[in-house]
Amino acid sequence: MRAWRHPSFVIGGALTLLLCAAALLSLFWQPYPPAEIDIPNKLQGPSLAHWLGTDSLGRDIASQLLVGAQNSILVGVVAVGIGLFIGVALGALAAARRGWVEELVMRASDFTFAFPALLTAIMLTAIYGPGLFLSIVAIGIFNIPVFARITRGAANAVWTRDFVTAARAAGKGPLAITWDHVLPNIANQLIVQATVSFATAILAEAALSYLGLGTQPPQPSWGRMLNEAQTLMFQAPLLAVYPGAAIMLSVLGLNLMGDGLRDLMDPKLTRVR
Amino acid sequence: MLLFLLKRLVTFALTLAVASVVVFAVLEVLPGSAAEVILGDTATPESVAALQARLGLDRPPLQRYLDWTGGLLQGQTARSVSYDTPTAELIAERMHVTLPLALIAMTITMGLALTMGLYAAARHNRAGDVGVMAASQIGIAIPNFWFAILLILVFAVHLQWVSAGGFPGWTEDDGGGLWAGLQALILPAVALALVQAAILARVTRSAVLEVMREDFVRTARAKGLSRRQALWRHVLRNAMIPVLTVTGLQFANLLTGTIVVENVFVLPGLGRLVFQAIGNRDLVVVRDVVMLLAASVVLVNFVVDVLYALVDPRVRLA
Repeated sequence: MRAWRHPSFVIGGALTLLLCAAALLSLFWQPYPPAEIDIPNKLQGPSLAHWLGTDSLGRDIASQLLVGAQNSILVGVVAVGIGLFIGVALGALAAARRGWVEELVMRASDFTFAFPALLTAIMLTAIYGPGLFLSIVAIGIFNIPVFARITRGAANAVWTRDFVTAARAAGKGPLAITWDHVLPNIANQLIVQATVSFATAILAEAALSYLGLGTQPPQPSWGRMLNEAQTLMFQAPLLAVYPGAAIMLSVLGLNLMGDGLRDLMDPKLTRVR
Repeated sequence: MLLFLLKRLVTFALTLAVASVVVFAVLEVLPGSAAEVILGDTATPESVAALQARLGLDRPPLQRYLDWTGGLLQGQTARSVSYDTPTAELIAERMHVTLPLALIAMTITMGLALTMGLYAAARHNRAGDVGVMAASQIGIAIPNFWFAILLILVFAVHLQWVSAGGFPGWTEDDGGGLWAGLQALILPAVALALVQAAILARVTRSAVLEVMREDFVRTARAKGLSRRQALWRHVLRNAMIPVLTVTGLQFANLLTGTIVVENVFVLPGLGRLVFQAIGNRDLVVVRDVVMLLAASVVLVNFVVDVLYALVDPRVRLA
């Protein structure tokens, strides 16, 4: 298999598998319940009983990290899902209809870029209070124009191909052509973008949770762990290292896998390396 | 060119107008009125009505929207609920921190990215190139606020060279000074610059590599220029076009990064202002800061569009 010889794909895939495995494992087993408070054992260093030590309330760090992986995956899947579902629909519509529909969709996407996920989250939080759901919505909204643009660009190229002209001559409507011919031909690019957007979503959620706008206690999240660790930097500096490393490795894994997929799925594309 | 500029200007104004409608609609019209947010869950309907009257929220939305945007256009802003100061004054005061921070971060970003990108391109496919590319992959994956925390761990907690946060002020009257102020902004700026530089270094490298394959570079080398001379005189200038575009596109990242990193270092900038405003349920401040941030993203992209057209005539003719 060509994939096994592609270093980015192999390293990225391994890290991504690790993330998924951690989340999956934590569904069935955790060393300790992550929210279990154990004051006598607070701020312990790494040991056999607590692999990565405990935080200021005696909660087990390793367990929190494991369960935090669920959170990151949830955010990634839902936020990318929102972007993918609505964005691809809009992009495909723009490519199928052209004219003013396309112009409207594209201008709306340009416009949405003026509102990075953080700004949307700030506005929503100011009204409804902080929460995981709103931060996912904010990240999802930001993903919509990303996928709309990619879909429209790629779909426009497919619409000019001969087999689409043939399908139109045979009497197929725009919806059927989009479904049968356009989407299968742009799926590769969408998969690559979804991988990269997944990584961005994890980063954005971590930042929002760090700021207190995202995941709320007692649900463990890597971003909030960093926020709590910052107040203890003089007593327990390692607490500020683990969650960040978990975020970095997950994002690195997804980005590398995205790069690898891009190369593997499009052998014609000789990228400038 | 004039027609292009005019078209762009109209798009720019329209985008700003739509942005203001969105901000206004989300913060003032959606269910959960400002008065209810300010007073919290225990508010009685009478107290909500009284506060709405005091804040002028009992007037029709269209009139409030026109008052707000009309005021903004004339440089007049509403008073913050918690500070009882016009938001423009609050924002201007906080800009003394946020603007220098963003500028220093941008300078470090450009310096680092250009050096790294050029170095990698010059050592294409050799160890130096692979090293820079690997480092940049890691740089992109590091959350800026975590990098900020790591910097504090190393330089404030471990080495104790700088304080772990806070801002002494730019003047001696505030208890700070130019040097003390700069010192307080260095670590935050480095934290912000890392991710940006990682992305930009990759763009620089691929742009330089692309231009180096062009015929005019071969001609320059054929007429006797050394590799280095060709790089400086011909390649760099042409490679700058995509680099500048991406720099403009990254501005939104820089802005949101600034908000996050200010909170890590407890710097009294726009980011702190907007977070305190959320805590104080001061929707007037949230509205005006969000509008300012969104407007600056739109403005920078407009400027990049225009610059791009100035540099590359094909854009405005398309």
